[in-house]
Amino acid sequence: MSKEKKKNEGMTLITKTITNSLVSVIAMFGAYIALYGHLTPGGGFAGGVIIACSFILLTLTHSKNISLKIFPDLAASLLDNIGALGFAVIGLLGFTAGAFFYNFIAKDEPFGLLSSGTILFSNIAIMLKVMAGVFAVFVGLSIWSRIVSDTDKEE
Amino acid sequence: MLVYYLCLVFFMIGIYCLIAKKNIVRKIIGLVIIEYATNLFFILVGYRHNGIAPIILPNMKGDISGFAAKAVDPLPQALVLTSIVIGFGTLCLMVALAIRLNEKYRTFDTTEINRLKG
Amino acid sequence: MVEILLIVFLVFAIIGSLIAVETKNLLSAVISAGVVGFGTSVMFLYMGAPDIAITQVVVEVLALIVLIRGTIAIDNISIGGPRDTLPLFVALVFFGAFVILGIFALSDMTQFGKPMMRVSEYYLNNALAETGASNVVMSIVLDYRGYDTLGEATVLFTSILSAFVILRRHGKKAVSEKDLEHVGILENE
Repeated sequence: MSKEKKKNEGMTLITKTITNSLVSVIAMFGAYIALYGHLTPGGGFAGGVIIACSFILLTLTHSKNISLKIFPDLAASLLDNIGALGFAVIGLLGFTAGAFFYNFIAKDEPFGLLSSGTILFSNIAIMLKVMAGVFAVFVGLSIWSRIVSDTDKEE
Repeated sequence: MLVYYLCLVFFMIGIYCLIAKKNIVRKIIGLVIIEYATNLFFILVGYRHNGIAPIILPNMKGDISGFAAKAVDPLPQALVLTSIVIGFGTLCLMVALAIRLNEKYRTFDTTEINRLKG
Repeated sequence: MVEILLIVFLVFAIIGSLIAVETKNLLSAVISAGVVGFGTSVMFLYMGAPDIAITQVVVEVLALIVLIRGTIAIDNISIGGPRDTLPLFVALVFFGAFVILGIFALSDMTQFGKPMMRVSEYYLNNALAETGASNVVMSIVLDYRGYDTLGEATVLFTSILSAFVILRRHGKKAVSEKDLEHVGILENE
């Protein structure tokens, strides 16, 4: 009986089937834009936002609680902190080679994935941070229920 | 130079919407239009006639000075990238404040939200 | 050719923003603001800034989602009452002064299409050799000027944290509560 109720909420069956196949493709596309940010246009910010949009798509077509089951808000807060601290630590590790934010990892030949030192790791840290932050804002705005107080005006 | 004046008109529409409207959500839309106009103005300053995007392709690798003579200015683009993301952050905060104000005062009219306490 | 296209799209964006300012329905105003964002993103593509175009499109779609959540939360839309004229008149006088000074300032700018790239010459010539990245904009953002990116990450972190804290009074069931005398952020559930 509760399974029937679960099948009826959300959008139609066609939308749900397409979304189930499409969410992983969107997330992979966002990760590609973030990881190859030093070779093609894009970078960490756009990639992180695209991955967060894939979670929002999942929430819109299924119920409200499914994205909280996959990606709980405590995990979102933890990933946000890890991304921000990771970026600061990469900057501080530059002190081992002379200056703040110095690019201290050895560089490969150009047009490869590992060709630019700390830029790849900075992109990964920013991607984690932006994805978790945008998803946290969406949870706070739309998934949490609001209490409406009964008293109208304050004395 | 006509492009610069049209960009100023675009900015002015945003400021007019921020000053002269009473609804809070419309004031937020005015701020969003101001941000779009500002970012557009930065990129307009850095444009070069028949310029290419500042990305080095594998067949340009040997001729860096030729690339530097044809490319668009990359420095305003770096500033605008930062500015777009910060604009989104402040928009989230403004909409959260507007939702809380609506729950407290039951209206979006700024002439009625005039008590500082609470 | 590119200039004519830029002027066409800019006129389109101005018409869209006029609709966003003047229309009565709030949802139409938000959607018109989204259309203006798409117009500026196409302009960024024509001006040789693909990084910015990708970021602008994606962030603008998210801004639409957030703003629509803000507009469907209202109970009563009607904003009535008399319009108080004296502050509006003073504001419009300063508005006119700003327009005149803006036109004087813009007539002194460099000609459109010939940028003075004093610092960017060094960045364009040495980015591939010193940092190894092919995308010069990314190497400026994350290597030459990485300190500004640290500041921007801090601003994004702080604003999302504050929005989270303001919206935090979620409840399990509707309770009838009085407004508290002391307001603290730990008053929860």
